[in-house]
Amino acid sequence: MKKLILAIALLLPSLAFAAGSKHPLDDADYDLTDKASLQNGARIFMNYCLGCHQQQYQRYSRTFADLDIPDEIGQEYLQFTGEKVTDYITSPMPAESSATWFGAPPPDLTLVARVRGADWIYTYLRTFYVDDSKTFGVNNLTFPNVGMPHVLQELQGTPRISYEDALIDGETVKQYVGIQSDGDGELSPEEYDQAILDLVNYLQYTGEPSRLASEKLGKGVLVFIFIFFIFAYLLKKDYWRDVKK
Amino acid sequence: MNGFLNWIEQRIPMMRVANQHAIQYPAPVNMNFWYVFGFLATIVLVNQIITGIWLTMNFEPSAERAFFSVEYIMREIDFGWLIRYMHSTGASAFFIVVYMHMFRGMIYGSYQKPRELLWVFGMLIYLALMAEAFMGYVLPWGQMSYWGAQVIVSLFSAIPVIGPDLVIWIQGDYVISGATLNRFFALHVIALPLVIVILVFLHIIALHEVGSNNPDGIAIKHKKGSLAEEDKTKYKIHEYYTDKYDIADDIVPFFPHIVLKDLVAFSIFLGGFAYIMFFAPEMGGYFLEHPNFEIANPLKTPEHIFPVWYFTPFYAILKAVPDKLFGVLAMFGAIAALFALPWVDRGSVRSWRYRSGLHTWNLIIFAIVFIFLGYLGGTPQADWKIVASQILTVMYFGFFGLLWIYSKNEKTKPVPERITK
Amino acid sequence: MSNVSADANQSASNEQPQSSNRRKFLTVATSVIGGVGAVGAAIPFVASWNPSAKAKAAGADIEVDISGVAPGQLIRVMWRSKPVWIVRRTPELLASLEGIEDQLRDPSSEQEQQPLYAQNRYRSIKEEYLVLVGICTHLGCSPQHLADGAFAEYAEGVPEGFFCPCHGSKFDMAGRVFQGVPAPLNLVVPPYQFLTDTTLLIGSDA
Repeated sequence: MKKLILAIALLLPSLAFAAGSKHPLDDADYDLTDKASLQNGARIFMNYCLGCHQQQYQRYSRTFADLDIPDEIGQEYLQFTGEKVTDYITSPMPAESSATWFGAPPPDLTLVARVRGADWIYTYLRTFYVDDSKTFGVNNLTFPNVGMPHVLQELQGTPRISYEDALIDGETVKQYVGIQSDGDGELSPEEYDQAILDLVNYLQYTGEPSRLASEKLGKGVLVFIFIFFIFAYLLKKDYWRDVKK
Repeated sequence: MNGFLNWIEQRIPMMRVANQHAIQYPAPVNMNFWYVFGFLATIVLVNQIITGIWLTMNFEPSAERAFFSVEYIMREIDFGWLIRYMHSTGASAFFIVVYMHMFRGMIYGSYQKPRELLWVFGMLIYLALMAEAFMGYVLPWGQMSYWGAQVIVSLFSAIPVIGPDLVIWIQGDYVISGATLNRFFALHVIALPLVIVILVFLHIIALHEVGSNNPDGIAIKHKKGSLAEEDKTKYKIHEYYTDKYDIADDIVPFFPHIVLKDLVAFSIFLGGFAYIMFFAPEMGGYFLEHPNFEIANPLKTPEHIFPVWYFTPFYAILKAVPDKLFGVLAMFGAIAALFALPWVDRGSVRSWRYRSGLHTWNLIIFAIVFIFLGYLGGTPQADWKIVASQILTVMYFGFFGLLWIYSKNEKTKPVPERITK
Repeated sequence: MSNVSADANQSASNEQPQSSNRRKFLTVATSVIGGVGAVGAAIPFVASWNPSAKAKAAGADIEVDISGVAPGQLIRVMWRSKPVWIVRRTPELLASLEGIEDQLRDPSSEQEQQPLYAQNRYRSIKEEYLVLVGICTHLGCSPQHLADGAFAEYAEGVPEGFFCPCHGSKFDMAGRVFQGVPAPLNLVVPPYQFLTDTTLLIGSDA
């Protein structure tokens, strides 16, 4: 009885946390074993993000090796300013200038997936919308008043936010409907979502390159521990059989 | 071989010590699930020391390089990620194990005479462990490292007269900086581990001197000559004990019986530990907090600052009291109250099996209060949470107050003569 | 030793032979599995001492452009934190190398201080270019290159060579060690290859 009460008590903290009044996050269904997706994500990152953002904790060579990209192909398609394959992924943009241009230096993105979470990044990159009152002409639903321009606009097309009037509690309120692209981008909405998912997949990878190796090793280790447990248990039982009670 | 062993034995009593403390040591036969956690705590301590040493081989304790060196270990050292996760999982595992170990002491009255000093050594280990964990968490120099240190160190400014100067002295600078990181590194890697190891050694010596308690809370060592032959143990127990006492037939020798029992517990613990380490080292942000994967930025305060989960109950108590100084006093008072437990409890029946229903409820509610306080200390503020943490803080101290009151003339059940189960 | 008391602490009641066999089997099995586990647990710690990605990157091959090296000139590059000399030898210098062989300890490079392609009279792939690791084979100092007759002070009749100031070891312009000096071996020739006529890659064979 006491144990039951204690067990219930220990489960209390898993009560639902209060949700903030923030924009709800979409589910980023990434797959770290999908090398094609990771390679596409790497390509998008190097082409669109590296101009301002670094990944200074990750070497190109590690990315090439893990994503099955031969060094020569990687150097041709993913390295644009003559770095060595073993160099860290740094940005050519000087930190002091970027602080002036953007208000704060664009953060390093090696670990962004571990800080923000894949769902947040996936939603963030798909909730930019045109807002003429902002410096770069865009705002973002997930990160309001962000200082970042919509770098991927050429892929998505011009994103326009739409509201509709709704009657709530006797008051007319502007309710958010959605964000729609004008269709002037290189990719269709589905293609854009997939591209962003690939990019998120890549960022999830760079946040923790050892994840797949860890889970692979972990399976073997757990099996081994289980076998050890069986033998330890039988041995213990054997000695304790002779003990009264 | 025997000749060689004898040569050693004559010069350093290796075998006698091993026999007295690890082989022919009498352990109660009814030591249950609650009794594995002391052993597990020692295992985790060894794990932290070994993985800690290995991390120190590549960690760079400067504000400029610390964060980078942790990622270097994660990415560029062979199995560096594994050693890092062993250390971070071990830190949280240490507190899970230690909290269970302490609760065992509370429910079976293991702090009562003659084990008061044993309990005090344990509480000192707990204090040292909290300091060790706090300083260790600062080392990766992430956002939570920096801002957690900022909040906790600035608490000391509440001390009258010397407070603000004390804070600067602790920091080694006008703000938390590389100077702070460097000294925390020295304390975390060398000073406190030594203190903890010495305290654990003293803790075990103190335990072996008085003997282990058990779930019935009764003695297994009886007055010499008071037991009939058939009631005495058949096992070979070291004369250090048998010279002074009659050892009842309620015990098993530490080796092999308890060692094998601990081995089974170890394999189960290891399974859980390995699962977390390989598949979920962050544990939803509780073992490795998400903001700490961002490098420390003195200009950018995180939206929510929490300590790691094992400090959250005390953090809730701190926040519950509106006044800064009294909040600090309440927080340290909560720990001091635990120190005083052997003297707060004026009863002489040890185990909750034979004490009043009130005592059982008092203990269970204490556990629930502690966990609930942890939830409040580890989640963003809300108005209802402030009131709740104030009520729970009163209830926390209420445990000790109530115990002091009813333990003097408590209605206890008859305690058995010999071990039951 | 502890088994003596452990056996005494087994049950006082009669033991069946099978239970004793079972016990032995389980003890051995558990110990073996535990031992394997301990070795497995040690592997990450031992492996973590391997050169890291940073060390491997720093130890990577070095490309050297030798198009600007004049005859008689020595240039120095760093490879794996060691000084590597590249000397463009003149025909006169090459000719002078034969006459001094009786002063040398290992004139035919019989000791394995060079790759196979450098186990020849001039200790190089192409006669003109000498590539050496600039570390004295005695105790590791870096010898001085003495040219224009300055080396003759230390070796009569030999106008150019390498002189180590720490303990006086001497090497000729093929890196071969003289007799009567503390250094026991010729200077090391590292693995290298010609990527083009004017580009060397130090660190690996072709």
